[in-house]
Amino acid sequence: MKIHEYQAKAILARYCVPTPRGEVAFTKEEARAVADRLHSPVVVVKAQIHAGGRGKGGGVKLARSVDQAADLAGHILGMKLVTHQTGPEGRIVKRLLIEEGLDIKRELYLSVLLDRAAALPVFMASAAGGMEIEEVAKNTPEAILREHVNPAVGLQAYQARKLAFGLGLAAESVTLAVPFFQALYRASIETDATLLEINPCVVTGDGRLVALDAKMTFDDNALYRHKEIRELRDLDEEDPLEIAASKYGLNYIKLDGTVGCMVNGAGLAMATMDIIKLSGGAPANFLDVGGGASAEQIKNAFKILISDSSVRAVFINIFGGILRCDVLATGVVEAARELSLKLPVVVRMEGTNVEQGKDIIQRSGLGFAVAEGMKDGAEKVVKNAGGAR
Amino acid sequence: MSVLVDQNSRVIVQGFTGREGSFHASQMIEYGTKVVGGVTPGKGGTQHLEQPVFNTVADAVKATSADVSIIFVPPPFAADAILEAADAGLPLVVCITEGIPAVDMMRVWNVIRGGRTRLIGPNCPGIISPGKCKLGIMPGRIHKQGHVGVVSRSGTLTYEAVGQLTHLGIGQSTCIGIGGDPIIGTSFLDSIQFFNADPDTHAIVMIGEIGGNAEEIAAAYIKDHVKKPVVGFIAGQTAPPGRRMGHAGAIISGGQGTAKDKYAAMAAAGITTVQSPADIGATLAKRLKS
Repeated sequence: MKIHEYQAKAILARYCVPTPRGEVAFTKEEARAVADRLHSPVVVVKAQIHAGGRGKGGGVKLARSVDQAADLAGHILGMKLVTHQTGPEGRIVKRLLIEEGLDIKRELYLSVLLDRAAALPVFMASAAGGMEIEEVAKNTPEAILREHVNPAVGLQAYQARKLAFGLGLAAESVTLAVPFFQALYRASIETDATLLEINPCVVTGDGRLVALDAKMTFDDNALYRHKEIRELRDLDEEDPLEIAASKYGLNYIKLDGTVGCMVNGAGLAMATMDIIKLSGGAPANFLDVGGGASAEQIKNAFKILISDSSVRAVFINIFGGILRCDVLATGVVEAARELSLKLPVVVRMEGTNVEQGKDIIQRSGLGFAVAEGMKDGAEKVVKNAGGAR
Repeated sequence: MSVLVDQNSRVIVQGFTGREGSFHASQMIEYGTKVVGGVTPGKGGTQHLEQPVFNTVADAVKATSADVSIIFVPPPFAADAILEAADAGLPLVVCITEGIPAVDMMRVWNVIRGGRTRLIGPNCPGIISPGKCKLGIMPGRIHKQGHVGVVSRSGTLTYEAVGQLTHLGIGQSTCIGIGGDPIIGTSFLDSIQFFNADPDTHAIVMIGEIGGNAEEIAAAYIKDHVKKPVVGFIAGQTAPPGRRMGHAGAIISGGQGTAKDKYAAMAAAGITTVQSPADIGATLAKRLKS
């Protein structure tokens, strides 16, 4: 789960990580009031959306007066912000973070994440702050410092010192960096963050370290034990169909194509998308109904697929295994009738009683096609969806 | 022969009396797996599925001489269950549970790595040596005893591949579902090493997914050490970057873990790559003939 910058900064503040003074604003008036309270010669107005590249997209502006801050807020609120991470459709800005401007001497990059290969948390730091870290990693990998952390003891002071001196910080800043880095590590682990990124962390003219930006994403599997983080979810930032799917406990991701997919299991769902592409079509979504593929979930999945206006045909690919195909087929037919489904549907299933299942589909009078295997199914559904694009 | 499990494996089930544990334990018993008991804290001393129930894994191991545990406990308690099984000295633990927090798994893994317990999973379908021992949630009847080792991150996609093999009359020595999480106990590399060392495994099918670099590591090993034919498929060629495709581990991040990179690594290692998931079985059949 993703959260906004201002929310991440609030979490970090609880761990005593220094952040600029500032508050969230939902209206121009609120923005003016915050700017007024800050008493700062420079005020920064920052669009709050769940995507990076906001500055380049025009979502971050400097103001030298309260009036100017309010004007900028009025301009940015409601604008469609397009960045390299939002896609061409962009995001409507509904929240702003109004912050004090700082005297910036240096910009650093800091992050805590899980190194899968090492199965350890890794603290990364780079003197190339404010840049896309992927670019830094590609062009100058040696510019990224890494410290793996033993989860039993956490980030040790000597490790923080190694990083801080490696970044070329002055001795007095190193003294500040050690508790700063250790606090970032604790914040990341204790909140089950999959990524905590401070880009940039700035060194101010007077030698302080401040988290100028903050990005946190959380492990969905651990949200059950973080009620306060669950409450930070912003549904405006998510696809409405994905929200509906998550309510049903379906794994659904909206894509650009026209073939709606309904599959049991994540690996098979990805493979189904792949074979649709190989057959000349394009998948409209990733949808995993779960290993069991219950009748209720099939119905919910149909509801999601018919709500997507770009779907022109549906491919149901269920490898039943323990699940009985006759039960599955009955569920599919009932759900299609109940929802008065008009879309062409191709069903491919494997499992116990597969012949009975196929028979139920064919005798239903719904005109569903039954496929022999994945390839046949993909070819049939691509044809139904209007052929290759 | 087969790897890790066979007809002599003595199995206990953690989360034995729960809905999932009960259902799959009875399926395993029906298949012929030697389930010798189970663990549900508080239900020790009772019987379930005609087998004894124990309060702790240590009690169960002492009384039954079990050498394998399979875990069906819910995600918040699964890390504890794995550590309990390892503490009881079991050489093999299979964790089926899906949805364990990554931080929990990281802690567990850093306790048990390098120790005497091998973990398979979590978030996996389990392991099966067809005709000998089914230790997991996979449908037994789609498998056939034979000489192909199958290793995969996913559940139903593995069934798809196994189904294709069996349909072509090609049996399997052992099929290992290693799991779709970012941190798992047994990797592609481990599995490939087992298959390579097993004289009864004549060929290998490797089914990867986008995310991480475990497939690349295994491919590098195959290049230098494996003479047996290997067929490889990667799911997620059409997946967009930055989105988690169901499995917590299936995500392209920072340009890493793309299907294209993985296919390139496999091809460079002499692995016969398959673009379409429908061609996995037929491609292996062709490799075996040539």
